[in-house]
Amino acid sequence: MQMIWVEIFQSILKSIINFLNKNKMKQIKFLSTVLLAGLLLTACSKDNDTPEQAHEEELITTLKVTLTPSGGGTAILMEYKDLDGEGSDTPVVSVSNNLAAGVTYDGVIEVSNETEDPAEDITEEVKEENLEHQFFYTSGGGLDVTTSYSDSDDDGNDLGIEFTLTAGAASSGTLTFTLRHEPTKPNTGLSDAGGETDIAATFDVTIE
Amino acid sequence: MRLYSFLILLLCSITAVSQDCNNTLSGTVTDFHDGSLMVEATLIVAGTEQAVQTDSNGKFTIQNLCNDTYHIQVSHPYCLTKGFTVKLSGDTTKNFLLEHHLEELNQIIIDGKAYSDKTNTMLQNNLSKEALERFGSGSLGDALNSLSGVSSLNTGNTVVKPLIHGLHSSRVVIINNGVRMKDQEWGAEHAPNVAINSIGNLSLIKGAGVLQYGGDAVGGVIVAEAAKVPIKDSLYGKTLQTLSTNGRGISLNTELTKSYLNGWHANIQGTMKRFGDFEAPNYILSNTGVFERNFTIDIGLKQFEYGIEGYYSFYKNEIGILRASHLGGARDLIRAISNPKPLIINDFTYQINAPKQDVTHHLARVKGFKRWGGFGKLSLQYDFQRNNRLEFDIRRGDDKGDASLDLELDTHTLLLDLDTHLTKHVDLKTGIMGRYQSNFAQNTGIRRLIPNYDKYDLGIYTIAEYQLNDHWFLEAGVRFDHTQMDVYKYYRTSFWESRNYNQLFPEIVDEELNNQVLTSPELNFNNFSGTLGAKVVFNEEYKLFINYSLASRAPNPSELFSEGLHHSASRIELGDLRFGSEVGQKISLAFQKENAVFGYSINPYIHSISDFILIEPTKVEQTIRGYFQVWEYRQTNAQLLGMDIDASYVFAANFRYNHQFSLVKGYDQTRDEPLISMPPVNTKNEIVYQNTAFNNIRLALQSDYSFRQNEYPDTNFEVFIPETGTSETVDVSTPPDAFHLLNFNSSIDFKVTNESTLTIGFTVTNLLNTSYRNYLNRLRYYADDLGRNFSINLKINY
Repeated sequence: MQMIWVEIFQSILKSIINFLNKNKMKQIKFLSTVLLAGLLLTACSKDNDTPEQAHEEELITTLKVTLTPSGGGTAILMEYKDLDGEGSDTPVVSVSNNLAAGVTYDGVIEVSNETEDPAEDITEEVKEENLEHQFFYTSGGGLDVTTSYSDSDDDGNDLGIEFTLTAGAASSGTLTFTLRHEPTKPNTGLSDAGGETDIAATFDVTIE
Repeated sequence: MRLYSFLILLLCSITAVSQDCNNTLSGTVTDFHDGSLMVEATLIVAGTEQAVQTDSNGKFTIQNLCNDTYHIQVSHPYCLTKGFTVKLSGDTTKNFLLEHHLEELNQIIIDGKAYSDKTNTMLQNNLSKEALERFGSGSLGDALNSLSGVSSLNTGNTVVKPLIHGLHSSRVVIINNGVRMKDQEWGAEHAPNVAINSIGNLSLIKGAGVLQYGGDAVGGVIVAEAAKVPIKDSLYGKTLQTLSTNGRGISLNTELTKSYLNGWHANIQGTMKRFGDFEAPNYILSNTGVFERNFTIDIGLKQFEYGIEGYYSFYKNEIGILRASHLGGARDLIRAISNPKPLIINDFTYQINAPKQDVTHHLARVKGFKRWGGFGKLSLQYDFQRNNRLEFDIRRGDDKGDASLDLELDTHTLLLDLDTHLTKHVDLKTGIMGRYQSNFAQNTGIRRLIPNYDKYDLGIYTIAEYQLNDHWFLEAGVRFDHTQMDVYKYYRTSFWESRNYNQLFPEIVDEELNNQVLTSPELNFNNFSGTLGAKVVFNEEYKLFINYSLASRAPNPSELFSEGLHHSASRIELGDLRFGSEVGQKISLAFQKENAVFGYSINPYIHSISDFILIEPTKVEQTIRGYFQVWEYRQTNAQLLGMDIDASYVFAANFRYNHQFSLVKGYDQTRDEPLISMPPVNTKNEIVYQNTAFNNIRLALQSDYSFRQNEYPDTNFEVFIPETGTSETVDVSTPPDAFHLLNFNSSIDFKVTNESTLTIGFTVTNLLNTSYRNYLNRLRYYADDLGRNFSINLKINY
């Protein structure tokens, strides 16, 4: 459906631009070119070939929580995976097993970007920028658990990559892991932490 | 002709009987069409034969007049000489308006339509250099906001986007010195990259009736022009400095013009503007500083038969975005909305950190024209623009400090225009426009918000103007535009499939990657636009403008291709590849009374837009970062109705009362609900005291009242709160309350030497330090608007 005159017009424009490009002084800064040239006919058309794919370097796709019973036994694995980031697919959430009442677990959090190959370990970044990050654990819907931080940042404030979780009486509800970027430290919890939410992953959990 | 009118004046003049004859008549002579001041106009008082000339500011003073009625003849080279009747009682101020038509024919106007009417069948609003200087430390949007029918869509207080009759972004065409701005104007948080200090005259046309600039101005056209340069040997300049308390900022502007009798002229202008964090009445708005630099160079030759001109402008602006507006999901939004103060308040600083914008705009233009007697004028213009937009978000890890968005938009435009006088009464304007645009998005480690593309535009127009008789002036025009876009875009596979694009456009897929699809859409749009209008001049005072305009706009890249998270809005924005052009039909009426004592204009309009593109919230999406509201672009049929009223009344000597009222109502006819982001009713009332006899002192007190917007769509959404196991409503739609602001503005002139004048101005905005939030400010969820500001203006003309 291409009209002839559009073709003609395009070819004229392209030839003008090509002509100008041949004469362009790539090494000289654009501004000085303009000023020097006076007539300002420098046209730097971009390379119009296929653009390279942008890797979403900061994307977090996956949060894994490993809960190991302190007295030994099979670890419980919780995973929250959202491979398309802000895309329309809903995250895939899994919890390998129910928690046992009265048991204390040692928890470790891993975050990664699985769109990269190999997957990028973002826990490392959180560790490097430990002063600017903090994990929070929130139970809701009647789930009887208590949590405490097992690690701290370089200033001695809570960080939360490692924690302990004690399962209380048999109950069920939600357990949410929140990662805040640039929170106020120290704080008393999510309510006065401020900052921006990098992760907010909610799991349905049962204690039996 | 002049002699004849002079004789008539002489015949009917009454010789004044001397009584108390120490009165002074002073004022200005201005161009009837654009309000520009007329230098060296001659005023002759019939009867006394006193003659004076206006000075370089268009001002005059006639002394020793009695309390009587005088006939005054005002003439200017190339202008139609005009007689006025003035009744004096005490010292009187009067502004005379002269028809500038004849001068235009003789004058070599390099930029085509400089200072003349952009349209003859629509009411046109103008801001003169003098008025613009009062906004010298603000932005173009702030200045335009002072006109009726214009509001602004703000992102904080430094990103100010003009909204004409409720419409903005790609619907508002901005012409900067004859060049159509291509500065990624599509984004709601992209302010126009035009430096206010480089403008000599600003005209606003609230509609699409100006076809030579494009057929897609559904909202309106803003024309910024450089100041006119006289054809004589002269050297003059100006330095303007503004110091402000709010933002603790300074704005420095300087300008120098050299002209020769042979027509050569050169002008250079530069501005530096630096502000730190601005302040709301009760707290600092952290990270809202701004650092603007710009300069323009203009060299040209003006002759009657031909002219050539080269113009270059550089504009760079670094703008901080309120730190507290950067959020990570809907729960952060709940926290921000429920908190009366911004979540982040730091100490004052000039430092601009992320989130911020850093925009550079280059504009270069060469233009030449040739005039043939009896045929008309042919002009050719080439312009090049490069807009580089960097947006910095809060980033993590290795990317910290890097831009999240790095777009470079290059535009080349070639214009060929022909103005001919077909007959004595019929003028024909025709033109052809070719444009090539390319957008290059750097890989910043974040998915491209706007994809790489090449765009070709071809436009052709013709406008006929017919002066039927002394009372009727008719105008008709048509324009055709063809647009082609060649795009490279990576889509998320999940989005590609959820939109069914895999079924609809399988042919444009180049490559399927792990979770993305590389596509190369080629889009074509053919748009027709037209205008039909009449101007009825009843007599010297009363006029009626009637205009119908049809405007067609191809969707912009953001409407077509957006797909991702918009941090400052904390929402996911999705465009639609299937969009067609939006077509607006507007009927506008304007009734105007021009009178130095009491003048007014009433401008009602009705605007129907089919396939109107709007963005609105549709759902909530769950991601690993929590919930985000999804805003999708959609096309609908919209109707806008409104009215602008302007009135001005001199109620006592030197005292003037100005009134402005703007109303617009917008409805989505398909859904039968109000349109989102429509400006609330606004009224401005001002009392001005100006005395040209006493150092041209000017004192103005302005009241600006903005009503609450009561008509809005409900876009609230619910978010699940895991702690409580309940859902909470996020109220993003309720508009803030009405607010009232008082502003004070004053200036006084001092003659330093014969050639130079010093003007000192003192301005207070938000005099009562009112805390308020504006419905049209995108950051209204997070913080109050600006608090009180004192500023001092020093201007030296030399």
